[in-house]
Amino acid sequence: MNDFLRYQQPDLKGHFGQFGGLYVAETLMPALEELRVEYEKAKADPAFQAEFNYELAHYVGRPSPIYHARRWSEALGGAQIYLKREDLNHTGAHKVNNTIGQALLARRMGKKRVIAETGAGQHGVATATVAARYGLECVVYMGAEDVKRQSPNVFRMKLLGATVVPVESGSKTLKDAMNEAMRDWVTNVDSTYYIIGTCAGPHPYPMLVRDFQCVIGEEAKVQMDEMLGRQPDFVVACVGGGSNAIGIFHPYIPVPDVRLIGVEAGGDGVETGRHAAPLTANVGTGVLHGNRMYLMQDENGQVADTHSISAGLDYPGVGPEHCYLKDIHRAEYVAATDQQAIEAFHELSRFEGIIPALESSHALAHAKKLAPTLPKDKVILVNLSGRGDKDIPTMARLAGIEL
Amino acid sequence: MADAAQSPQLIHYKIMSRIQTTLGALQQQNRQALIPFITAGDPRPGITVELMHALVKGGADVIELGVPFSDPMADGPVIQRASERALKHNVSLKNVLEMVAEFRQTDDKTPVVLMGYANPVERWGYESFAAAAHSAGVDGVLTVDMPPEEAEDLARIFKANQIDPIFLLAPTTPVSRIQAVNKLAAGYAYYVSLKGVTGASHLDVSNVAERIAVIKQHLTVPVGVGFGIRDAETARSVAQIADAVVIGSRLVQEVEAGEEGLADRLTAFLSGVRAAIDTARA
Repeated sequence: MNDFLRYQQPDLKGHFGQFGGLYVAETLMPALEELRVEYEKAKADPAFQAEFNYELAHYVGRPSPIYHARRWSEALGGAQIYLKREDLNHTGAHKVNNTIGQALLARRMGKKRVIAETGAGQHGVATATVAARYGLECVVYMGAEDVKRQSPNVFRMKLLGATVVPVESGSKTLKDAMNEAMRDWVTNVDSTYYIIGTCAGPHPYPMLVRDFQCVIGEEAKVQMDEMLGRQPDFVVACVGGGSNAIGIFHPYIPVPDVRLIGVEAGGDGVETGRHAAPLTANVGTGVLHGNRMYLMQDENGQVADTHSISAGLDYPGVGPEHCYLKDIHRAEYVAATDQQAIEAFHELSRFEGIIPALESSHALAHAKKLAPTLPKDKVILVNLSGRGDKDIPTMARLAGIEL
Repeated sequence: MADAAQSPQLIHYKIMSRIQTTLGALQQQNRQALIPFITAGDPRPGITVELMHALVKGGADVIELGVPFSDPMADGPVIQRASERALKHNVSLKNVLEMVAEFRQTDDKTPVVLMGYANPVERWGYESFAAAAHSAGVDGVLTVDMPPEEAEDLARIFKANQIDPIFLLAPTTPVSRIQAVNKLAAGYAYYVSLKGVTGASHLDVSNVAERIAVIKQHLTVPVGVGFGIRDAETARSVAQIADAVVIGSRLVQEVEAGEEGLADRLTAFLSGVRAAIDTARA
């Protein structure tokens, strides 16, 4: 009997077991309640769903294909690796699935201004893109450190008409960008919709971001059946906040015999302490950015600095549903180091002619580890969540090349 | 085992907390409370107790002591920087309790309220933190990112340890939420006078007055008003409509200006505010 057939999370107050919830200052509470109510209505509204699906088909280019990475699988000498090609979406990553859904919600709620936080810049670009598409004012908060390492995306956002605000506080990365976006929202709560980019934050964000991203897994189930007449043995995805992973995992939760593996950013190695892998490192729970989750922190409850070559995974917490899936043993979480991600980045580029995002390269790194341990008839489906164009300056710098 | 209701400590709590005693006495005199805020450990841990005494000398009725946090989402740049200065000295929640205990050695009257974020309390554990805070002499705790929906356990544990759970109310708060806060709150409630972070400067007194009138219909504890109060004149107009006036960022700016004569400057600034408040309903 499959325990997960009737999996249904979160509860009415936004809790995934002990995780999730609503931990924000009072000023934002009514806005979150308004969003929850409006989202429930939109979800039940066939016109909203039809428009969302239309946009995904005609603007994003969905469904994204599944591709059999034959040469790389051959070279690794084990299981067959298939890639869910979210890198082929308009704007180059899975992020746009969610920003379209939330922009449609913003419009429905009569908000004329949207804000977002971004790490690697993919969510910022996806937000700036839909803001242009729907005629909304757009402000993106980005850690000053990330502005430096992701300069192509900063320029893309500006081309799309967004204002990019570098955040100089704290560690100047994704978590600080999120703090600053929250501060903006609390100040402009009447006029502004906050488009959170990952499946974390106060309820209902982890739920609605998941729902918008689930198109990835829903498509994959149909496509795998068409291609192979069966479902994969493993589904592998990188996890920072965890939105691409939850999008491909969630539809597979009730499917028996499909192992779900989330790959966190191991940085210099989980044992060194310089990483962004809260689930793998077995850190304690904490409260940050509106929800309870596993959280990297010191013994006094101060949020720890994280390290990853990938700006998009450089976050001390992880979405509450992943925390819950870990606790109920429906998904497993491992880490890949910077070095392993870089190797996978190069291998996919050379063997398949696909330059992956550094974030997605973490998932590829685990597939590279896993495939040779399995027989050739096993299937690993990797969510290739984004393309690597934005990482070219970083990779060039590592190679000592001035572009 | 003793029934909880028979516990001498709980009986004491039900009679009067230090906050209730102080605010009650002021109310009887038709005076309003002055509640200054500074961040514990800013600019260094060794000076905090001295500054607390300086605030009392300047006319503080209750002291709000900020607990430094790495990610102060509800704070503007001034209090963010204060948190960063304190964290350079690794000031922890435990250190803050030590400061309160030291303050209590020479001041047994002035209530002290800790204001901070949920995670350090989560990390410590509700029960043992509440017990430690009570024995250090803390009277109330305001956990900024813990609205009533998530705070039932914490509020119950605080009350069992004779600590008043202080809650925020905002311009966006509807009546149903004021009622939810009223079920859990003790000591006082803190009305955030504007939509924004601490240190913003666009408080509209007539707007605040309307909201306070609504809040008072549904709330049994006194109401303090903070966010955006930067001078004696604003403090005076707020005192005309609220039970207490909270001043934070303006004082933290004094701290930021340097240590020289800091205690005296805080006393002097606060004395001016005190005088203005005391003429509010004259």
